[in-house]
Amino acid sequence: MEVYLDNSATTKITDRVRDIMIKVLYEDYGNPSSMHRMGVNAEKYMKEAAQIIADSLKVEPKEIIFTSGGTEANNLALIGTAMAYQRRGKHIITTRIEHPSVHQPLLYLEENGYKIDFIPVDRTGKIFKDKLYNAINDETQIVSVMFVNNEIGSVQDIEEIAREIKKIKNDIIFHVDAVQAFGKYRIHPRRMGIDLLSISGHKIHGPKGIGALYVNDNIRLKPIIFGGGHQRGLRSGTENVPAIAGLGQAVKDIYENFEQKVNKMYKLKQLIIKELSGLDGVTINGLPEECESNYEMEHIKMTAPHIVSASFEGVRSEVLLHALEDRGVYVSSGSACSSHHPQPSATLSAIGIPKILLDSTIRISISEMTTEEEIQYAIEQIRDLVPKLRRYTRR
Amino acid sequence: MSMFKAFLIKYAEIGLKGNNRYLFENALCDRIKDALKPLGTFRVFKEQGRVFVECPDDYDYEETVEALKRVFGISSFCPVVTVADTDWESLTKAVGDYVEAMYPDADFTFKVFAKRADKNYPISSPDICSMMGAYLLGRFPNLKVDVHNPEVSLNVEIRTKAYIYSVEIPGPGGMPVGSNGKAMLLLSGGIDSPVAGYMIAKRGVSVDAVYFHAPPYTSERAKQKVIDLAKKISRYAGRMKLFVVNFTDIQLYIYDQCPHDELTIIMRRYMMRIAEHFAKQENCLGLITGESLGQVASQTMQSLAATNEVCTMPVYRPLIAFDKKDIVEIAETIDTYETSIQPYEDCCTIFVAKHPVTKPNLKKIRHSERKLEEKIDELLETALKTVEIIEIE
Repeated sequence: MEVYLDNSATTKITDRVRDIMIKVLYEDYGNPSSMHRMGVNAEKYMKEAAQIIADSLKVEPKEIIFTSGGTEANNLALIGTAMAYQRRGKHIITTRIEHPSVHQPLLYLEENGYKIDFIPVDRTGKIFKDKLYNAINDETQIVSVMFVNNEIGSVQDIEEIAREIKKIKNDIIFHVDAVQAFGKYRIHPRRMGIDLLSISGHKIHGPKGIGALYVNDNIRLKPIIFGGGHQRGLRSGTENVPAIAGLGQAVKDIYENFEQKVNKMYKLKQLIIKELSGLDGVTINGLPEECESNYEMEHIKMTAPHIVSASFEGVRSEVLLHALEDRGVYVSSGSACSSHHPQPSATLSAIGIPKILLDSTIRISISEMTTEEEIQYAIEQIRDLVPKLRRYTRR
Repeated sequence: MSMFKAFLIKYAEIGLKGNNRYLFENALCDRIKDALKPLGTFRVFKEQGRVFVECPDDYDYEETVEALKRVFGISSFCPVVTVADTDWESLTKAVGDYVEAMYPDADFTFKVFAKRADKNYPISSPDICSMMGAYLLGRFPNLKVDVHNPEVSLNVEIRTKAYIYSVEIPGPGGMPVGSNGKAMLLLSGGIDSPVAGYMIAKRGVSVDAVYFHAPPYTSERAKQKVIDLAKKISRYAGRMKLFVVNFTDIQLYIYDQCPHDELTIIMRRYMMRIAEHFAKQENCLGLITGESLGQVASQTMQSLAATNEVCTMPVYRPLIAFDKKDIVEIAETIDTYETSIQPYEDCCTIFVAKHPVTKPNLKKIRHSERKLEEKIDELLETALKTVEIIEIE
């Protein structure tokens, strides 16, 4: 049996996404900038996709910029606004658990004279909001907070944060990395007070290499990629039409029967948590304090529906990962994006996981395609493997 | 397009080989052909104790030089300009043009070396030297002759064509692979073993390799890393077979039965046994390891004695007296270093004890191994039977 439980790393594309992409690749392959009919046809796909995404966010299509993915969306959001509003001040506030595609551009800005504050999080992976509010000063230009953490699935109170920071300083620009949240939550930037929002295609059964940035119409942005002036000069380069069409289709599909899908994921998440926490020497990371040991649904719903982070005492995560792989179960150690680096994950350190468990933590991430049978099988394998692997360790 | 149309290949040690000399020369020609095959249709031939490479019109000079630098047996090689018209006037003009193209300043001391392989050529070698020297002095006023310590040694050889060269590019030295039998390399993902394989191959030895894979403790990427390293070695050593042995069950059995501080030594004894099995199967005449005296606990003299004991074949340890930094230097030269330092664990380190024995007592080790009697034969048989063989080209 093959069970893919690494959906926070990437997801399988759906048949409908595949079909529309093939159609664009083979039939409607024109360049949207071309004057002739082929160009117009290609442009139609872009307009449709922008409309679908805009509808899902309840914003205007002109507020959507297509990028090469979540990473570029985050880079454009942060560097693009920092450059446009340099005169307002050079202070940016973010959190200690951001994805590297937020963290690294901010370090780059720091090297170039910006002051960056990194707000710590508690054991459940929620930021200390008071510390964030207290950090705001006259120079504060951008606040960037991720919606759902990619490693432990903790969720920030985005709406409340937006409201409070703007109360303190109303011209703060609020950026939200929603790569892990989009398709799992209904996100309405206008109502929620979000100025910039990054999303990605391949986390929602769309293709890789495509993402988008929502930019509130009132926000000025400087481009970070220069060229022929595509997308109103904000993102030059011939648009990746097949992927854009695929992204549009994926967004349309993910918000169909939305509540049902999310509830299904929460039920599976609850099942995973209950089963794993019943094993010896296993802790589930990033759950709210209220959760204690009964794992009520109302508490689980305070976290994202698709991510479970679990630490297995005395088992190295990489070994467990490969042993599970051998049984057809695919999970991730920490976060797949950071697995290239031998150093422990910043998020896991930030929530205060004991040092010896840092290297014993795996992430299980599901999608609405995941079935209960698959979860049962995966749990079965974990239950069987963990004691075996524990016997053989470095002494 | 390069002005050079041929390369003159120089070899040092092969020259010493008496009656076997032609075997070595043939092996050298074959290895040069192998190395240049992917780059185009080159002609490689022997002529009067010289090996020449003639290049196709559209060849890439840089690429060809890089390929020749990796052929063992070449001590150095010279890019050559060929001249079809050997009459004196054409020849002098060609040599003058060569100087102009190679040394635009034309300000150096030089000496002409002439060789008349075609004895029908009307001018003798000493005369060619002096007449050519005179011509060049006339054409380039800043040149000076220095017969003892010339900055430029200008070679002119008259064969059916004339060959002009003055630049010598160092080759890797050693002897052509295939001129000296075959050996089995114990290849891990580390820095040392690829260098050891390279060094033995340099002595003319063909190399096969064995890698011990321990899933799930070592990953697919660790295996891919070893395949990548094997490919890098094969750029010098030619095609090789890589034997991937699943070592997990043997390792866990040793872990269960034997004292933990002896784990690495006993494990290595089984690796040597398995490597020797495949070495015999492939008609190898020895094993190669990357061991370096005292580098880690399993490489003390006592430990090496303990692992060596289980082999009947000679074990070649070319790095035995090398410091790590010298090994790293070679690894960087042969471009294995970057691959070796990728952070994937290999099976030697996964269970390594905090304090492994550094002076293993052979009697004790043998005694511990007796605790494996019940299942080890069966496990070995499975490991040998399930070996995966990867052909590296």
